[in-house]
Amino acid sequence: MKPENTMKIEFPSLSRNEAFARGAVAAFLAWLDPTMEEMGDIKTAVSEAVTNAIVHGYPHEQGTILLTCNTYSDRTVEIEVEDRGVGIANIQEARTPMFTTGGSDRSGMGFTIMEKFMHDLSVESHPGEGTKVRMTRKLRKTGGFT
Amino acid sequence: MYIRSFLQDKQMTITLSGEIDHHEAKHAIKTISEKIEAYMPRACTLDFRDVSFMDSSGIAIIISGVRRMREIGGKLIIANPQSQPAKVLRAAGIEQIAEIKGVNQK
Repeated sequence: MKPENTMKIEFPSLSRNEAFARGAVAAFLAWLDPTMEEMGDIKTAVSEAVTNAIVHGYPHEQGTILLTCNTYSDRTVEIEVEDRGVGIANIQEARTPMFTTGGSDRSGMGFTIMEKFMHDLSVESHPGEGTKVRMTRKLRKTGGFT
Repeated sequence: MYIRSFLQDKQMTITLSGEIDHHEAKHAIKTISEKIEAYMPRACTLDFRDVSFMDSSGIAIIISGVRRMREIGGKLIIANPQSQPAKVLRAAGIEQIAEIKGVNQK
């Protein structure tokens, strides 16, 4: 299926860009008039994916993060967050709740939240080449003032 | 993100406001730990009423606060989360380690 609308942004792996990334996605999706809950869920998932790319994709040096957002005519939203960083050695382990290789300021709940808040999540990673997280969420149909 | 606090009868309330993400988490963890160590409260309430957005970094802040309070024999309470932060708290199962008071639907 061909996307109805699409946007791509690229930004350096600076933690201050987490707020920018989720804000940009929210602004891009505004015309679909998602519910407050849908918007909150998507912003949370984007924040988790981008934070993972910043903290784990590029632990030693600054790199580039590519964020793509596609929308389809059936109101499916597709988001991809891609880095060309160190990659994940064991994806299964990374997706386990409470597992983290980060410091005490990380909870290990990032993937759990992405899984719960989005309808579909896939992770593709190759050590030394980078990681791509793809997630989708189908928005409810709008019925005007609901 | 802003952090304010007040203390009364060994009860400390720390009010967080704004958006909580990884960019803000380290600073918040440090500030909350320092306040707990300085005032040694019996109970510490983290008031989320003015937090408009929170991702899993908020969970790390709470876990750190729960640990600190347990070390000094006290407890940590979470108060008044708005709907988006409340959903993140539920998804992480945080009610298993800390009491949540006053979930509003703002």
